[in-house]
Amino acid sequence: MPAVGSNVARKDGIGKATGRALYADDLTFPGMLHGRTVRSTIPCGRVRDIKLEFDQAGFTIADHRDIPGRNVVALIEDDQPLLVEREVRHAAEPILLLAHENAEVLRAARVEITYDEQEPLFDPELSTGLLKQIAIDKGDVDAALSGADLVVEGTYRTGHQEHVYIETNGVIAVPESGGIVVYGSLQCPFYALKALKGMLGPNVSVRVVQTETGGGFGGKEEYPSMIAGHAALLALKSGRPVKIIYDRVEDMVATTKRHPSIVRHRTGVARDGKLVAMDIDVLLDGGAYVTLSPVVLSRGCIHAAGPYRCENTRIHGRAVLTNTPPNGAFRGFGAPQTEFAAEVHMDRIAEALGMDPVELRAINALAPGDTTATGQRLREDASARLVLDEAVRRTDFRHKREAYRGTNKGIGLSLFYHGAGFTGSGEQHLRPRARLDLTPTGVRIAVGSTEIGQGTRTMHAQIVADALCIPYESVEVAPPDTSVVADSGPTVASRTCMVVGKILEECAHEMRARLAGSTPAAHYAEHGPFSVERGYEPPDWIQWDDATYRGDAYATFAWGCDVAELELDPDTYEVRPIKLTAVQEFGRPIHPALALGQIEGGTAQGLGYALLERVVMKNGAMANAQLTNYVIPTTLDTPEMDVVMVENRYAGGPFGAKGLGELPMDGPGPAVANALRHLGLDVREIPATPELLAECASR
Amino acid sequence: MRFTLNGHVEEVDAPPAARLLDVLRVNCGLTGTKEGCGEGECGACTVLLDGAPVCSCLVPASQAEDAAVVTIEGLGDEHPLQHLFMNEVGAQCGICTPGMIMAALALGPNPTLDDVKTALAGNLCRCTGYGAIYRAVLKWKAGDMSPPSAASV
Repeated sequence: MPAVGSNVARKDGIGKATGRALYADDLTFPGMLHGRTVRSTIPCGRVRDIKLEFDQAGFTIADHRDIPGRNVVALIEDDQPLLVEREVRHAAEPILLLAHENAEVLRAARVEITYDEQEPLFDPELSTGLLKQIAIDKGDVDAALSGADLVVEGTYRTGHQEHVYIETNGVIAVPESGGIVVYGSLQCPFYALKALKGMLGPNVSVRVVQTETGGGFGGKEEYPSMIAGHAALLALKSGRPVKIIYDRVEDMVATTKRHPSIVRHRTGVARDGKLVAMDIDVLLDGGAYVTLSPVVLSRGCIHAAGPYRCENTRIHGRAVLTNTPPNGAFRGFGAPQTEFAAEVHMDRIAEALGMDPVELRAINALAPGDTTATGQRLREDASARLVLDEAVRRTDFRHKREAYRGTNKGIGLSLFYHGAGFTGSGEQHLRPRARLDLTPTGVRIAVGSTEIGQGTRTMHAQIVADALCIPYESVEVAPPDTSVVADSGPTVASRTCMVVGKILEECAHEMRARLAGSTPAAHYAEHGPFSVERGYEPPDWIQWDDATYRGDAYATFAWGCDVAELELDPDTYEVRPIKLTAVQEFGRPIHPALALGQIEGGTAQGLGYALLERVVMKNGAMANAQLTNYVIPTTLDTPEMDVVMVENRYAGGPFGAKGLGELPMDGPGPAVANALRHLGLDVREIPATPELLAECASR
Repeated sequence: MRFTLNGHVEEVDAPPAARLLDVLRVNCGLTGTKEGCGEGECGACTVLLDGAPVCSCLVPASQAEDAAVVTIEGLGDEHPLQHLFMNEVGAQCGICTPGMIMAALALGPNPTLDDVKTALAGNLCRCTGYGAIYRAVLKWKAGDMSPPSAASV
């Protein structure tokens, strides 16, 4: 029986269900110290003086002067320091590191820092600190707008969102001969490795090992490089293992969040509903350093027109600096923000035209042969109509739309898509590699792609097993250790199945040819071990120009249509989601139960984003940095979900699969807002808290 | 302090105000019980205290004196609910899983879906959207160990 397409047992399932799986905080090493980060308490200014008001016996203390290499957390730009020297650009910025063997003594140590404070800037619309600008231009927007029957304008806003992986950030740095090994909860061991090499300089050897990781969602993409640097520095200075585990408050205050956005639409339509011009302006609040904002903006802009055909499209985007902690990667990576705006705007256009919102979408939905805003001509795996029609049919949308009128129930939908893999030429630049090793009992996968809950180990093993025609059980997966595995690139961008899985499939085909009919075990017994390592070859038709943002932005897209049904309390404006129907096409599921889990989980996270998850910023710091008052969906907040996985295989993916991880995040926000619109509330912002809805109602 | 841990009498040297969570993880070396928030909101540290699910981050050691504490390690490896969590993919990242399983153990017979939701309302999961967890728990209560039915259309 083939492994692909069946619900084989997760490789990591029983370890997790028995509590035996070891996460960062579960590890201890002889002589280990605990580490702590002393952070800025102001959003903008300069450090004047640092006073250590505790008995320093038994403490290891490190500041920027102890960094052997460069005081930089290397990513896209080298602007973010590992430790503040003088200039403070956001609250909770790391300044000083302490370590002690007793966690209580460590916690009690008092450090007094005085500052020369400066005026902070929190409003992205007032920021002059431009960190990235993107322009996508197609056709003649101005001419088309002036010739349109109707022009609809609107401004849409989304707030910060906190990842709330249930395991907080944590690492342990352990000295080993000539260097440091960092064990950590992270998505991208090779990102951490690169950053550590820069910080520790050429004379310290480094390797990074991923521990079992209790959720990531993008929140453990770039930030672990920072905490790894801190622990490594303390370990180097003390000569002892150092563990740093953030508590929930520190994790929420100090680490990255989803970028808040302001998106403006001006759309020209013909009376028959055809979109003739889309003029879109995207603004993202990057926070205090560049980190990943340029690429978040890029993905956000590319998805900003939604899954619609329009010959005249202008998308101009900016990401700007403010004095809050840097915003970073979060499942969807800019697309949930811009697709929220696009989809709420579509319902407003339908309203303005007096047209059924389904009809408006059906008229304009991208189909094979159409071009996107970047001029990418879509192939047969474009499924906007397929998912829209199925969602409308399955939910009896039009009937309910009428039946709910005059009640406290609303129903709304969103149509969305998500590009799989790195944008444009990203995969070529990245040059990911994957390796398969022959073992005495089968084969071993050796890639840096991490298991963060989504099922990497299992899904990769299924692909390799079937491509090699061997049992799933005889495929093992090496723990990501940068000194052992191939650098398959970061575990981000819905690329782990489609891109890394594809390289593994090709490795397996090559290995199968070399096995020449014998089993891995028999071949090993006779000839000993061998390995196959290969790189990624993107489809040969991909053309992309980074300078003009023209061409094939993604090898393929996954498609979705969400229908939200909800009930509104007319007195308290509390919203109770009743049912969420998610129809999604992502090639095909390698493991249907895992794929279902991605869709249900991503949809729940999207519902939290839509309704509950409000980050309250006070003086540049998160004021509700606790699970008591930053509320994510519980069992009682999460409605019934009806998930449909529609197949439309992508020839360039392993066994026809595309990327799936991020797609489900894009739909719930606008589907919920549109259901509230159906109830007469002009919602153009999320989270749609009762306070916001009361405001909408009073307008 | 003296208490029964997974059926064995345990004596540990811990201050009365120490969190039961730390006693279990640090003093007893049982790291299957996880800390997610440290304030009783997420339920990752759920254990059974005299048969009732509690957040061990909120329980002072003195309260567990002479009590019977059961952690995920107390289930061994063969509890059907553990295998259903694996098969139904009720565990994704796995950090909420031990607490979720311990909370589910306190459910009475023949629970409805609403009963399951209520019993697990104090346990946060950020990965699954809870659907797979309900499927695992309801199958366990129904004595159904069949493979998951998730399929594409």
